[in-house]
Amino acid sequence: MAAAPKRPPLPAILLANDLLDGDVVFASVAATGALAWTRDPALALVAADDAAAARLEAYAGSEFAAQHVVDAYLVDIAIEAGQPVPRHYRERMKTLGPSNRPDLGKQAGDGIAAERRA
Amino acid sequence: MYRYDEFDARFVRERVAQFRDQVGRRLNGSLTEDEFKPLRLKNGVYLQLHAYMLRIAVPYGTLSSRQLRQLALIGERYDRGYGHFTTRQNLQFNWPKLRDIPEILDLLADVEMHCIQTSGNCIRNVTADHFAGVAQDEIEDPRPTAELIRQWSSLHPEFSYLPRKFKIAVTGAEHDRAVIKAHDIGLRLRRHPDTNAISYEVSVGGGLGRTPMIGKVVRDYLPKADLLAYLEAIMRVYNLEGRRDNKYKARVKILVHEIGVEEFKRRVEEEFARLDGPSVNADPAEVARIAAYFAPPAYEVLPTVSRVLEATKAANPTFARWVEVNTAPHKAPGYAALTISLKPIGQAPGDATSEQMRLVADLAEQYSHDELRVTHAQNLVLPHVRQRDLFAVWQRLGEAGLASANVGMITDIISCPGLDYCALATARSIPIAQAIQHRFADAERQRQIGELNIKISGCINACGHHHVGHIGILGLEKRGIESYQITLGGDATENAAIGEILGPGLAAEDVPDAIERIVNVYVETRQANESFIDAVRRLGLGPFKAAFQEVAHAVA
Amino acid sequence: MLLLDRTGTKTDVWTRSEGAAIDNLSHALVDWEALPDALRQKARDQRIGVSVPNHIGIAELKLVLRQLSLVSVAFPAFSDGRGFSLAKLIRNHGFTGTLRASGPLIADQFAYALSCGFDEIELPETSAARQPVEQWLAAASRISHGYQRGYGDNHNILDQRRAARAAAG
Ligand code: HEM
Ligand code: SF4
Repeated sequence: MAAAPKRPPLPAILLANDLLDGDVVFASVAATGALAWTRDPALALVAADDAAAARLEAYAGSEFAAQHVVDAYLVDIAIEAGQPVPRHYRERMKTLGPSNRPDLGKQAGDGIAAERRA
Repeated sequence: MYRYDEFDARFVRERVAQFRDQVGRRLNGSLTEDEFKPLRLKNGVYLQLHAYMLRIAVPYGTLSSRQLRQLALIGERYDRGYGHFTTRQNLQFNWPKLRDIPEILDLLADVEMHCIQTSGNCIRNVTADHFAGVAQDEIEDPRPTAELIRQWSSLHPEFSYLPRKFKIAVTGAEHDRAVIKAHDIGLRLRRHPDTNAISYEVSVGGGLGRTPMIGKVVRDYLPKADLLAYLEAIMRVYNLEGRRDNKYKARVKILVHEIGVEEFKRRVEEEFARLDGPSVNADPAEVARIAAYFAPPAYEVLPTVSRVLEATKAANPTFARWVEVNTAPHKAPGYAALTISLKPIGQAPGDATSEQMRLVADLAEQYSHDELRVTHAQNLVLPHVRQRDLFAVWQRLGEAGLASANVGMITDIISCPGLDYCALATARSIPIAQAIQHRFADAERQRQIGELNIKISGCINACGHHHVGHIGILGLEKRGIESYQITLGGDATENAAIGEILGPGLAAEDVPDAIERIVNVYVETRQANESFIDAVRRLGLGPFKAAFQEVAHAVA
Repeated sequence: MLLLDRTGTKTDVWTRSEGAAIDNLSHALVDWEALPDALRQKARDQRIGVSVPNHIGIAELKLVLRQLSLVSVAFPAFSDGRGFSLAKLIRNHGFTGTLRASGPLIADQFAYALSCGFDEIELPETSAARQPVEQWLAAASRISHGYQRGYGDNHNILDQRRAARAAAG
């Protein structure tokens, strides 16, 4: 769906699924300062104010239009141990993987380890 | 088993090419996401929480060894080495990449398989009795009918953009193992009392989801030859009149409910009378062509009771128990239909690893005429095992952790993927199933409880059939945490019934306690040989509610 | 608007009239509400077509089919498949004129539309801009044969099997 859902309370992060791979990705800031997707939830850019949230929403819109991601939306988070953690258990699931399979998904480093190496 | 002819083979290949092209057009912007989504769904591709999901059709639950090996290979090469067998007799992979799916479809086509219409607002994969062709209470094998419907419904020009999904199930037996009353159309093969001709009883408007309904009979005896014309009439009425203003009211059950079954029937009969049946129906030679593929295999002539089996049973009580629980009577003397439980204690119900799939494929090849089945209870079946081979099969299954003797028991839980995978979920279901399994893991205790079906869904969509579970569990969200609603008295058989809610929702950790209390009421008050569901029918909800309230209060 | 049929784009000979004001248009396309008036005014050599919503009852429509040269069925969204059944009903009631599907269909529905009895598709610019006519023509023939009897010609798989059986004796 192209229409952006209602903005959640801040602070928030932007997550989506990569169109071709399906992996959960998070908007983060690249070395250049531009926004880029990462598979690592710890690197997600935290939007604390309206301007930052609007920037993430605009990125969601343009990335959807460019056929890079689907199902992009903002998720409200708390900072725990210095990292953004979604407040809702459904979204936490997306940052981890299936709870019955700790050997799979982000909790097992899927897609993240490779990214850190790169 | 049905085998593709040149037409079927080309059809499926062309379908793969079509999907590949559709993905290409999505990526180059020709198709918007809104346009692409129904196209990918009609090819079984969902977007779940962590990744895409691919649902592969196992038509009426029948597979060959070669097909299962191919699924094992796909699971290893493109997924994470396991798959999930579903209540609709299909197989789901949880981690495929969209870019790989055309290749996966090619591999499926290599073994006469596909993902056509495993999702989307179209006629879905047709399901059937998993003991088709072998059950002792069978009047006619439902698979030729199911295969005819599979072909007829594939890429149907008129019925591919229905108001909502449409599910058809077929049974040919007295005892309903296909939950036909919870389907949009349920077909039951039966003999006409006067003419003795085999015909269909046609039920319409069953379904689960947020408004569960039991199907209603619209035709008592539809002549077999008229099947496709009659289905066309039903589908046309539904396609034109089914509600499209509200997704939750779009199933045919709502139309039947709103206009009444008599009016629905009148409209269908009117259209059926008007359309030109002979130009629609399959000719008898075609029906015979399909049926010939389902001829029984060449059984050996064997005594009804195998001495070898009796001797091994006597020597090995664990094995004897497994035989007692996991085998069903077979049409052919000396044979058994063996259910392999995919519910070992603490595993995700219905999950099987690629290695396990290969083992089962080998066993099917060696011991079951190269054939196996997927059940709606998320287990596998070797339909034709010589009784004297059961011990060897049991030993090999045991090595792979697949010898659980719990078919139909309290730990044989049906569970949807829930929030561990599913984007629509409101709560997890797999961990609930696991916790209950651990609570009742003791084999002797399970034996004492006897037949009891627990069914769990992670949201109101009811993919885990919770409405028709003897005990149903529905995962919801309550004030930001997972909460579970318990229902009692559902039934998925010919006595189909929707369970009733026992009380307020429970926290996840309290669910096993609640189930235990309910079970204890049964164990303490049952009459001789009375099953759980019979006791619930006799006693009503009252005593169970009282026991349940104790847990609910302790929590609140 | 882009108009196309199984051979490619075509020019639209039909003119939409305001209400029932068909004047001396050779091919006048009117809305369903204006049809009775338009039919009353119709000159002998004039052709009348009608635009209908997809929820129109066949009981009403069948009464006027013989006087019409074109029926244009509205598709409010590509996902609303009522038009396919309506087309089938219109054909089953013996209509031999032109059947048009009008709305944001997608190329992947072209074969279905043709099989259900449509002759042509009228596509809004926004869809046509993304889905050029080549995609429609390719999509129309992507699946060579379907299984359903009674949808279009007798090249469906069941009839082909039957023919093969007959030939084999
Ligand atoms: C991840 C993916 C899934 C999604 C998004 C999904 C979606 C849905 C939805 C929306 C419904 C409600 C339909 C309605 O009431 O109109 C439904 C029903 C159902 N689904 Fe699923 N489902 C998923 C997985 C499964 C699985 C894994 C199974 C089998 C275990 C399954 C089998 C069924 C069944 C049996 C029903 C209820 C019967 C009925 O159609 O009324 N689904 N599903
Ligand atoms: S019942 Fe809900 S949670 Fe479970 S698979 Fe269906 S849609 Fe997902």
